[in-house]
Order: sequence, then C-alpha cells, then structure tokens
Amino acid sequence: MLASIDQLFPPGPVVLDGAWGTQLQDRGLGSGECPDAWNLTHPDRVEQVGRAYVAAGSQVILTNTFGANRLRLEGYGLAAKVAEINRAGVEISRRATAGKARVFASVGPSGKLLMMGDVTESDLQAVFTEQMTALAAAGADGIVIETMSDLVEAKMAQAAARATGLPVVVSVVFDSGKQKDRTMMGATPEQVAAELTSAGADVIGANCGQGIAGYVPVCQRLRGATDRPLWIKANAGLPEMIEGKPVYRTTPEQFARHVPALVQAGARFIGGCCGTNPEFIQALKRALALL
Amino acid sequence: MQDVKQLYTAVLEGDARLAKSVTEQALAAGVDPQTLVTEQMIPAMAEAGRRFECNDYFVPELLIAARAMKSSLELIRPLLAARGANPVGRVAIGTVKGDLHDIGKNLVAAMLEGGGFEVYDLGVDVSPEKFVAAVHEKNVNLVALSALLTTTMPAMKSTIDALKQAGIRDKVKVVIGGAPITQKYADEIGADGYSENAAAAVNLARKALAA
Repeated sequence: MLASIDQLFPPGPVVLDGAWGTQLQDRGLGSGECPDAWNLTHPDRVEQVGRAYVAAGSQVILTNTFGANRLRLEGYGLAAKVAEINRAGVEISRRATAGKARVFASVGPSGKLLMMGDVTESDLQAVFTEQMTALAAAGADGIVIETMSDLVEAKMAQAAARATGLPVVVSVVFDSGKQKDRTMMGATPEQVAAELTSAGADVIGANCGQGIAGYVPVCQRLRGATDRPLWIKANAGLPEMIEGKPVYRTTPEQFARHVPALVQAGARFIGGCCGTNPEFIQALKRALALL
Repeated sequence: MQDVKQLYTAVLEGDARLAKSVTEQALAAGVDPQTLVTEQMIPAMAEAGRRFECNDYFVPELLIAARAMKSSLELIRPLLAARGANPVGRVAIGTVKGDLHDIGKNLVAAMLEGGGFEVYDLGVDVSPEKFVAAVHEKNVNLVALSALLTTTMPAMKSTIDALKQAGIRDKVKVVIGGAPITQKYADEIGADGYSENAAAAVNLARKALAA
C-alpha cells in the first residue's frame, strides 16, 4: 500500500522546492538543450540542484522530468529514452534528499493542444501513462502534474497518474485575463478546483505564470471551491530581459513577505517556480517558522 | 435563403457548419464573395478579438471562430483568386531556432488564416536560413517569429540579422511574439511589431503590412 498525503506529511504547511529549469541554466544548460536529458548526461549537476533545495529546507523536492514525455523528447530525438530519463530523474532526486525529503515526480504538459487537433486523446493518454509508469516504477513518493493550461489535458494526466496508486498533485497555471485569474483556456479558480476535485486529485495547485502576490487571491478562490489541500509555486515575478538575459526582479525577502497571506488564503504546500532558487526556500522557511 | 448576416454570428460563435452553409447559399444566390469577407467575416473576427481583450473570450472561443472563418474562406478564396485578387498577405511563421514550443505559434497561424492571410507554417526550431529561404521561395511579405523561452529569444535577432544579410529585410515586415517578448525587445532587435496575444496578432500583421 502506497502512502497517502496525510501519511507522508505532518499537519501544517509544507516547504516545497524552487525552480529547476533556471537553476540548470545557471549550471550551464544551453539554449535549445533538452533539460531532461541532463539526467543522463549531467546527473551530478542535476543532483546539485536537488541537494541545494534539501539543504535550504525543502521537505519535498521534485524531479528533472518536467518535459520527459514522448512528445517533447521526440523533438530532441530522444523518444527511445523516455523510461530511462524518467527513472534517472527519480533516482537523482532520491539521492539528493539523503532521506531528508520526499520526492514528487514532475510531469509537465505535453506541449500539444488537444483542441488544435495536434494530438489525439488516445495518443495523449498513452504518452502520460508511459511517463507516469516509469516515474512510479522508479519509486517516486508522489506525482506532480504541473503548469497545465488545459483542464482536459490535466485530467487525462491525472487519470494516468492515479493508476499508479501514488498521491497526485494537479497544478495549473493562471496567466491569462486582466487579473491573471484564468488559465489560457479561460478556466477560473472555481472551475479548476471543482473539476479537479471531482476528477480525484489529492492536492490541487497553481504554479508559474505570475509572481506570488497574484497567487494569494487565486489561492483564496481555490480554497472556497474545494476541500483538498492546496499547492502554490509562484515565480520570482516576471522576467525582464536585460542585455539578452532574463532577470527576475523579486528578491527572496519580497517573496517571503507574501507567505503569511498565502497560508492565510489556505495554501498548505508552498514553494517557488521560475526564477526562484534555494535562497527563496530559506526565506520561505523562515517566514513559515514565524507564523 | 439564410440571411447573410448569419455569417457574422456563425463566425463569432464559432459555428463552422453554419458559416459554411450560409456562405454556400449566399454564393449560389450571387452575393459578391468579397462583400461576405469585408462586411461579415472580418467584423466578426474583430468582435471576437475585442471580446478576447475584454476577457469574455479565451483561446478556445477564438480558435473556433478562426476555424469557422476558415471553413467559409475555403469556399470564397478560389473565387477571389480567379479574379486575380491577392490574399491580405503571405506569411512565413515559425518558432525560432532552439525552441520546440508550438502552441502559441499554431494559435497565431490559425488566427492569421482566419484573418485571410496565406500562411506558410515552417514549424518549430526553425533556423534563420530557413526563414530566408521561405522569403525567397514563397514570396512572403510578412515573417512571424515565435519564442517561448527567454533563452531562445536571441534567435529572433539572429533571424532578423540573417534577413538583412540576405538583402531581403526590406522586402518583408517582421512581427514577433511569445510569453517573454515585450515591445521593448521588439524595438531593440529591429522588429516591425510585437503582439501580446494571438487575437491582436491579426491586426498587428495588417498594420505592419500597411505601414
């Protein structure tokens, strides 16, 4: 019997990790390189990212498998390595925890839009099943389906994850609408919470797309529409391009200042997305300790 | 005969079947095809774009409106071509080198097609050389570049530089878009315009060509 969310974590807020993609870029991941392939080519550098988060206080770290689905890997000529890359991702994060944190495996969107007819439902189902099966076989403690823009796709991924028996987090990105309170496909927090709850997600969340301040009202609205624990990973603001390089302006202290409001709004699992790093996690942990 | 005004509603509400049947009947009744485009379809797409700006419409509504327009245009385009009328513009669109994201690019391509442009979709991870070749081979007058990653944005500049080097920068307008793109960046790299979303991209393309 696999452990449930309640068995894995004591009551109260849980510290997640921060970004992986931008951390890998800092460690030399080049433009146009496949981040997930680094699980095979640069496992040491991927492990450094995980270790840094555990040292900063993360109670859960994710895996470098966000884009490790067949559809995305195909673009890099790596379709034959789906299972291998996902397995390595879980093993690397597991080593990085040294037993001090849980490993939740990251699953990102397919990169195709069902509505455009770029992929069929049955193909997409098979793509998610393949990735989830590999992640579960490698011993992940849970699965995080994240940065989803399309609820239809999110629910398909959720069904594939559910079949592994692991706890499942489903997190969508709110980056549309004037208040940034809609998904790209127009869903509100209320719709997202209701649909994912009835689909059976164990934890419901929001990540990426905007800074932490905007996720406070989104979190409140999710809270009002579901009884599931909530998961929030905001960006360090939105990047500005300075001399061809992205710069995230939010500091760890500015980020942490919004943490009490986020907890008040009902968030239980809190971490960071693009542009955040271990310093953000330390600041987050300090903020939670003061509550 | 169904009222031609139904074409406006059909496009706006994304009813491709109705759009097609109204178009068929109107054409059979001798209605000028150009009139259908300028008086019904373009205003309908403009209204869809306005609703998108107001957050009444989101991507799904826009997409089905563009599709409805396309299904009607497929009947009309051969008639206009037979008269020697040119499309609004010819566009080569692609996601720049190193970037494999295609959702945003596909949305813009669908909107441009809906807006009456002839669209050559070059796909993802498109090298500057491929854009240059498309300008030569397809006689396009607009190049649309997409990038989702901050790390691949610089490839937009290399593409514009390649067009300059090939001596064809003056033959085309270049418009860019994607999550990290800003007007400031468009100005910096010498693009002719930037659009924040797929709905606004059609107007931007029209304006760029008119400039």
